[in-house]
This record gives sequence, structure tokens and C-alpha cells, in this order.
Amino acid sequence: MNEINAGPVLEFDNVDLTYHTREGETLAAKGLRFSVEKGEFIAVIGPSGCGKTTVLSMAAGLLKPTAGQVRVYGKPPERGAEYFGYMLQKDELFPWRTVEANIFLPLEIKKKNTPEMRARALALAEKYGLGDFLKHCPDQLSGGMRQRAALIRTLAAGPEILLLDEPFSALDYQTRLSVCDDVYSIIRSEKKTAILVTHDISEAISVADRVIVLSKRPAHVTASHKLGFGNLEPLRRRESPQFSGWFELLWKELNL
Amino acid sequence: MKKKAEFSAEHRLFLRREKQKTLLVQALRAGVLLLILGIWELIAALQIVDPFIISSPSRIAKMIGQLAADGSLFYHVGTTLWETMLGFAIAVALGTSVALALWWSETARRVLEPYIVVLNSLPKIALGPVIIVWFGTGAEAIVFMTVLVGIIVATMNMLNGFLATDKNKILLLESMGASKWQILRKLVIPSALPDFIGMLKICVGMAWIGSIMGEYIVSRAGLGYLIVYGGQVFKLDLVMAATFILCVLAAGMYALVALAEKLIVKGNRRG
Repeated sequence: MNEINAGPVLEFDNVDLTYHTREGETLAAKGLRFSVEKGEFIAVIGPSGCGKTTVLSMAAGLLKPTAGQVRVYGKPPERGAEYFGYMLQKDELFPWRTVEANIFLPLEIKKKNTPEMRARALALAEKYGLGDFLKHCPDQLSGGMRQRAALIRTLAAGPEILLLDEPFSALDYQTRLSVCDDVYSIIRSEKKTAILVTHDISEAISVADRVIVLSKRPAHVTASHKLGFGNLEPLRRRESPQFSGWFELLWKELNL
Repeated sequence: MKKKAEFSAEHRLFLRREKQKTLLVQALRAGVLLLILGIWELIAALQIVDPFIISSPSRIAKMIGQLAADGSLFYHVGTTLWETMLGFAIAVALGTSVALALWWSETARRVLEPYIVVLNSLPKIALGPVIIVWFGTGAEAIVFMTVLVGIIVATMNMLNGFLATDKNKILLLESMGASKWQILRKLVIPSALPDFIGMLKICVGMAWIGSIMGEYIVSRAGLGYLIVYGGQVFKLDLVMAATFILCVLAAGMYALVALAEKLIVKGNRRG
């Protein structure tokens, strides 16, 4: 995209969001303000029900803010724009498609189903260990492999910004740690900008460059911390002495 | 999957036992049928109950033989069969199309919902006189009755299937920028496939109800006609023979749908 543009990749500028249902209206976010630089890995944490997913939906252009502006590369985001990849809590692989066909899904949707794009997606799958499973059905894969396939699907259309909505929370603890490591290193080596929302403090510390803390509803940013772990992997971070310090601090801030 | 030769001795034993169990079940199944037919035949032969009232397997077989010999068997079976199949096909096609339209438009769905509910609970046979007036007493009336009985069930089943599409998968496609048409084609239709097959199975039954009911009211040919006629002239052999043929046909059509299920499921696994 606009590589010349030196500003932030993603910007929330004083964003309010109100939900309307028949039962009433809910103020989900009020004066939300933060920005994400190119190549940054951001974790957004907040108490449950504070509208973390809403933040991603607005970033992806699925929801329009009621007031204020969301800017991606300086412009309001469009739904399904080239530069986004969205990853959900469950892998949401289509069981009637093979792993390969699942990975091609975004290419079909975005009308980029060309031989070059397919080859690119397949190369990614090979590189990250899905090569032997391409012709399998998702049911035949383990939870960890499924989530990895979901990540490759997210990367297939070549997005620059990854929006991750608690992508590990449906996995059991063991798998979660290793998939988290996996996803982290893939995102790092592909040099993507990533925004992860999670309710899991330790997960946030183990992957992010920077953690943004949201308040209860209506959500606004209460704190933003640069963690300074550099490129240390999630499992290494969990062993490091700073880890528990960050954990305590963030835990307190969440429960204010 | 391992090849058979690589299995351990215990596993081969296990497989043999499973096979024996299956064989036993099949033998018992056939046994139950033979037992019932045998008792029935015996009661009739010993005149415990007058065979004029209850008929008997041998008399049914003879009747079917007679019908086959004078050619009327194929005429009546053919008539009922094509009426049923045509009604079934129309009900499935129309029902699925209506369900698609209702999935597409929430407004249409909300507007039409009460009408569908009322039409569903209405006993279709109440429309018999109307159908005779509109369509006469020919095959059209029977096909129409068949469609009428099946279409609402087809619509409601498919609509429920379409609406049950996983919300998160829809969100995933929306985040990729998918149009409604793409969501329908890539997600909603393939994920409603099990509902479609379930609906086919229900509609087979419905189609038979519709066509036989239709023939009861208006027809001059078909198995339903034979049953009504046989009842009126007190030829229980004819009634039973037609009913028996109906059983066989219904089972055959169900088997066809089951076969279609296998083919569709296989075809849907894309490489």
C-alpha cells in the first residue's frame, strides 16, 4: 500500500461507538484513541464484555464508528480491503473443503484466484509445515494444525495487517502455548503488523511489543505499555524475570 | 488405513465377530417378515378368520400375478409413480427456491412467516374440492396435491437450514469482503447440504401421502385408485396387493434418496 506514508498504519482517533438494538442502545466505546505502527505487534486487553471484538470490527471496516475516525493508511477502512487478514477464535475451516481449498478461500472471495497467488499460498503452507496435509479434510487435523491452517488461510491473500480475535482461546492449554509460539514466529518472519485482542494477560505479554489496556464499557484506553522483549519468543518470555512484573501491573490495571 | 494383512490376530477376530453380528441382525430381520407372513397365511388357511376379510399372502401374490398378467399392474404403478416423482421434484425445487428467497430477504421472511405457518398446519385434504374444480379429475390434480403436501415442509426445512449457518463463518467471509451472493454460494448452500438431504427424505414420504391422497379424491388410475376401488367392491386381496406394492415402491424411492445422499456428500468434498 502507501509505503511512502510514514504515519501510523492504523489509527483510532477519538472513536465513539453506539450499538442499537430493539431493547435499547449501548455505548460500547467512548473516546477510543490509539495507533499502531508498521510492523508492530499490539495486544489489546480488557475486562470481558468491554468490546474488544468491536475494536477489531471497526478496524476491519465491518462497523462504522458513531463519532471520531478510524484510519488505516490515513483513510477510513473498507470492508474486505486488501491489507487485512482477520483470524477468529475458532479456526472456522469449512469441513467440506480440503485444507488446500480452505487456504484458497480468500483468493476466491477477493477474485485473486490466479496461479501465482495459489502458488504463493501453497508455498506458505509448505514453509510452515502444512505440506503433507493439503489434501486432508480439516476433521483429520489436530486442533493446533487446524489453527495453523487458519493462519495460512489468513495470510494467503497477502494481507499486511492481521486482526486476531482471541485466536488461541478455543485450544487446550498445551496446544495453546505451542500454537501461540507458532503463530508468533510466522507473523514475525512474514513481517506483518498484528493486533491481537485477548482477555488472557499472559498471552498478551508473551506475544506483544505493546499492550493496550481498555476500561470497562464504554471502552477507552487506560494504559499503553511498551514491553521491550524485542524478538524473544513467547515461551522464552514466559520464563523471563520481567514476565511476572508485567503480569501484576496489567492485572491491577484491568481490575481498577 | 492399514491393509487387512497387517492387522493383528485380535483385530481380525474382532472384525469377524462384527461381521457375524451384522449377519445375525439381517437374518433376524428376514425372520420377522417370514414369521408374520407365515402366521397370516396360517390364520387364513385354517379359516380362523375369514380370508375374505383379511386376505392372505398367497392370495395377494396371486392377485399381483393376475394384475401383472393383464398388464394393468404396470399401468397403475406407472401412473402413481410418475405423479409422485413429478410432485416430489416440483415440491423440492420450488420449496428450495422459496427458502433461498426468504433467506435473502429478511423483510420477505417476516412478512410471509404467518402465512407459511398457517399453510403448514392446514390439512391439505381440505382443499380437495377446490383442486377438483380448478384442475379437474386428471393427473394434474394429483400432482398439484402432491406438491401442496410437500412444498411447505421443503420450504421450512431448507429455510431453517440456511438460517442455521454458522454466524462466525459468515463474519469470516464478510471480513474478506465477500458479497451476499458469495456468502450464499461458498458457505450457506454447502453448509445446508445435510438439511437438503434430510428434507429430501421427508419429502419422499410427503410425496407418497400427497399422491395417494390425491388419487383417493379424484383419480381413475393408480395404486390409490386400486385401493379405494378394492375397498368399495370389498376385494380385500386387491387392497392388500396395492398396499404391498406401495410399500415396495416407497422403500425403493427412499433407497434412491439414500444413494443420492452418498453421491452428493462425496461430490461435495472438493479437492
